[in-house]
Amino acid sequence: MTMPTDRGREPAIRVQNIEKSYRDLHVLKGVDFEVASGSIFALLGSNGAGKTTAIKILSTLLKADAGTASVNGYDVATQAADVRESISLTGQFAAVDEVLTGRENLILVAKLRHLTNPGKIADDLLARFSLTDAGGRKAATYSGGMRRRLDIAMSLIGNPPVIFLDEPTTGLDPEARIEVWDEVKKLAQGGTTVLLTTQYLDEAEQLADRIAILHQGRIIVNGTLAELKALLPPAKVEYVEKQPSLEDVFFAVVGNNGDAGKNGDAGTSGNEPSNKTSNPAGTDA
Amino acid sequence: MTKHFFGDTAVLTGRSLSHIMRSPDTIITTALMPIAFMLMFVYVFGGAIDTGTDSYVSYLLPGILLITVASGIAYTAYRLFLDLQGGIFERFQSMPIARSSVLWGHVLTSLVANLISIAVVVLVALVMGFRSGAGVLAWLGVAGILVLFTLALTWLAVIAGLSAKTVDGASAFSYPLIFLPFLSSAFVPTETMPGPVRWFAENQPVTSIIDTIRNLLAEQPVGTDIWVALAWCVGILAVAYFFAMSAYRRRIA
Repeated sequence: MTMPTDRGREPAIRVQNIEKSYRDLHVLKGVDFEVASGSIFALLGSNGAGKTTAIKILSTLLKADAGTASVNGYDVATQAADVRESISLTGQFAAVDEVLTGRENLILVAKLRHLTNPGKIADDLLARFSLTDAGGRKAATYSGGMRRRLDIAMSLIGNPPVIFLDEPTTGLDPEARIEVWDEVKKLAQGGTTVLLTTQYLDEAEQLADRIAILHQGRIIVNGTLAELKALLPPAKVEYVEKQPSLEDVFFAVVGNNGDAGKNGDAGTSGNEPSNKTSNPAGTDA
Repeated sequence: MTKHFFGDTAVLTGRSLSHIMRSPDTIITTALMPIAFMLMFVYVFGGAIDTGTDSYVSYLLPGILLITVASGIAYTAYRLFLDLQGGIFERFQSMPIARSSVLWGHVLTSLVANLISIAVVVLVALVMGFRSGAGVLAWLGVAGILVLFTLALTWLAVIAGLSAKTVDGASAFSYPLIFLPFLSSAFVPTETMPGPVRWFAENQPVTSIIDTIRNLLAEQPVGTDIWVALAWCVGILAVAYFFAMSAYRRRIA
């Protein structure tokens, strides 16, 4: 189900001056951004900043009050059906059917995408997401990380060119977060455009090619990590004792393999002297 | 997009039917209360009730069947509400499917589940002595009215499921519907009721439906009751469908 693509250099997602209110609550007050095809774009913001609203508008679940947006070259308001052919949404809460098994969940989505051989698609994805053994169990019995992996696997069915991930690691333990991060990186390497929202600063830092900060209904900053860092006064050298972060301790104690550990501390080591104000929020699970 | 309507509806109906098959307790609890009413009325109160017929269980059964449907659709609202809560509703809505098939899957599942519950209740009634000499055509008429009644109440349940804020709210709407047959000809002839109650009982939808089913099963002429019953069913169905669809559009727009 690959789409006819005449997008070429076209951005995969283009958002222009989008506004949205819920009654008196003005959630989005003119949001603009573009996401290059095949890149990972992080929409960063605190709770209630309007991240989910933006995702819902782009995935045709909500209509904007003003402004235009296009996904994969299709207008979200006038070509909603084409947009839905081009996207997958992984919502804030793992949207899996708890009564069905993992395999049945995947088959359900494959059937709804009108694909042939849904059983094989399901088995391939179970293998890819290390869920083969759990594939015959009800999703209700899965751990948070397994549910999220199943959720993302469901989103990959049909190879949609654009994937929305709304707070994909909220509520996950550190190991499960890293599993999700690895999958997201693989997706972008495969050419999929990923728009993810997060309230974790280190997650944006780890994954995103570009980061936009959504604050009080507007994008107040938009750039690469290096560009965002350049907004602050130049780094000054201070001597700071390198304390292990709780995440380092966690992985040292639970004896995780070195690979995951490297991923885990990459966000906190190596840039201590900068004026980084972010605390790694990943260890609060 | 509509070219996939039937295929998508079939897939989604299969999904929610498998929910029922894996927790058949929803069908059993649906049938349990009506069966309890039936036992109580036939073996406790029935001896003191004069309906002018020789078999009280046969007199009672049509009303019991409507109570069965009224308690069964609470699960329809409940299942729809859970889909909305869990986010899977949004997943479906963001997929390239015929969007309304998400609702139709629940509606058809409701129909199947209620018909199974009805069959269970009829079996129990047979054990308790219910007999009918009605022919195929009369039985088809009974089935048709029950299907219409189930669809009408199911679309009411869809409104509740779409607009409820809590799980309890999603199923609480069915209580008045379960109660309605008590103020009808379901258990006693309306002639014995005092003025205003009798007026209400004779002019509310349930009485005409019950009388029609009762007469069809007893091989009696149905008179104009059947048209009143059909008008109520179709009318409730149309109004409920209209409001369900507008609740649905509010939900997705």
